[in-house]
Amino acid sequence: MTDLSTLKVPGPTEIALTQPFWDAAAEGRLVIPHCRACDQPFFYPREICPHCWADAWDWRQASGQGRLKSFSMVWKPGHPGWAPAAPYAVGLVALAEGPVMLSHILSPAPVVGMVLTLAPTDIGGRVLPAFRPA
Amino acid sequence: MRPQAALIGVGSLAPQRRTEGASTLGMLARAAKAALDDSGLEKSAIDGLLVGPQVGETPQHVPATVAEYLGLQPVMGNVVDLGGASGPGMIWRAAAAIQAGMCETVLCVIGNHRNPEAPRSPNRNPIREFDVPFGASGANISYALLKQAHMARYGSTDEDFALIAHWARANAQRMPEAIFHGQPASVDEVLASPLVASPLHLFEIVMPVAGAEAVIVTSAARAKGRRAAYLLGAGEKITHRAVSQAPDLTSGPLKPSMTRAFAQSGLGVERMSLLSLYDCYTIMVATTLEDSGLCPPGQFGAFMRAHDFGPEGDWPLNTHGGQLGYGQPDLAGGMTHVTEAVRQLRGSAEGRQIKDAEFALVTGNGATMSEAVALVLGAEP
Repeated sequence: MTDLSTLKVPGPTEIALTQPFWDAAAEGRLVIPHCRACDQPFFYPREICPHCWADAWDWRQASGQGRLKSFSMVWKPGHPGWAPAAPYAVGLVALAEGPVMLSHILSPAPVVGMVLTLAPTDIGGRVLPAFRPA
Repeated sequence: MRPQAALIGVGSLAPQRRTEGASTLGMLARAAKAALDDSGLEKSAIDGLLVGPQVGETPQHVPATVAEYLGLQPVMGNVVDLGGASGPGMIWRAAAAIQAGMCETVLCVIGNHRNPEAPRSPNRNPIREFDVPFGASGANISYALLKQAHMARYGSTDEDFALIAHWARANAQRMPEAIFHGQPASVDEVLASPLVASPLHLFEIVMPVAGAEAVIVTSAARAKGRRAAYLLGAGEKITHRAVSQAPDLTSGPLKPSMTRAFAQSGLGVERMSLLSLYDCYTIMVATTLEDSGLCPPGQFGAFMRAHDFGPEGDWPLNTHGGQLGYGQPDLAGGMTHVTEAVRQLRGSAEGRQIKDAEFALVTGNGATMSEAVALVLGAEP
């Protein structure tokens, strides 16, 4: 398997609002916004809660557990920097908390429905919240 | 059933793989001229202008730039930015503007030149921040996720999906301009084409091309005595942008859009002479067939095996080859489903005419099954 840390690929384009997410990711943690008003988590981070439009929310540590909703083995990546890693898997991870995030899946043969766990991984020189089979 | 507006002229530029040196404005002008010639109207009749976004060449002031280039001074102008649903989205907006008394005859025009060495996307939005860093760039992966979800939920097979690509290629053999004219593909050939992003094979994915499409929409009153197709119903819905935010992976916003369009028209899907369904990928047709009610959820494969989808068949589908057979002229790809429906309903689909074509369902789809527009069009009553 290709060492993902050596890839020359586009990293996150964080802004002040999203910086805590990527800072936590760099420490191997997954944090997601949780609305104080409607008590619901959401992802990705936004200025206001997409459920109720409240502007007060907190970062909460997620369990890092999830389930694979769908995946693709990418043979011909959309960005040339990913070519050395192909085929690799990306997938939709339904977090145990509810929200869905797209992530890198560390598995040569994923199956829809499989249980996943957070697997912080150096991708292109930054530790990102990837997932692997639990 | 009251005709909302009339589509009285269509113009299409043949798809091309490369257009070095061409400008998008120039291509839009060629398509507009063809549509005007087809309508039989004078240029001075055009008083409304709807255009698509133009990534790169004209990032802002698009209606003014296009109007100036064409020597028009419209009293209504706007950009319709709904990805592959932009073309169909223009048609009902044109009708609405006409019905509101803001203008009488609208040029809807969309297209793009193609230079494969164009710079990469300058996006700085959530999809760029939260999807791209994990290795998910581009639409292929998003639609692969949708296809995989359908297969996992319903047990649909690669062969089921390959039938959609096979029929697109088959119909493209009746369309000399199609990029895959002369290149039919059997189900086995679709399945033997390389995996791009599993479970999507190369032949299940549109070929990007340059092109432009134009439609002239006017009031039913002004269309009297001219060969026209009529807008009978429309529906639209936007649910998300990134596939990770999709409320449902196996049913999309076209479902409520089609429901609204059919309700407005007073017609059911069984009355359609043509299914002109947006087909960026095979999965999009599969989901649309199921969302339309033509077959139960998960059952599109049985539907594909049970019918003939050619112009003489019992369910003509994308008689221009669809974008899978014709090529995808960027954002104009969605408008090819409109122009083909108009040609069929006016009886001018040379070499592929559906006999007594009466009604057509047109769908447009943008982003990752995110932006949807459905139209019901009818022939001269």
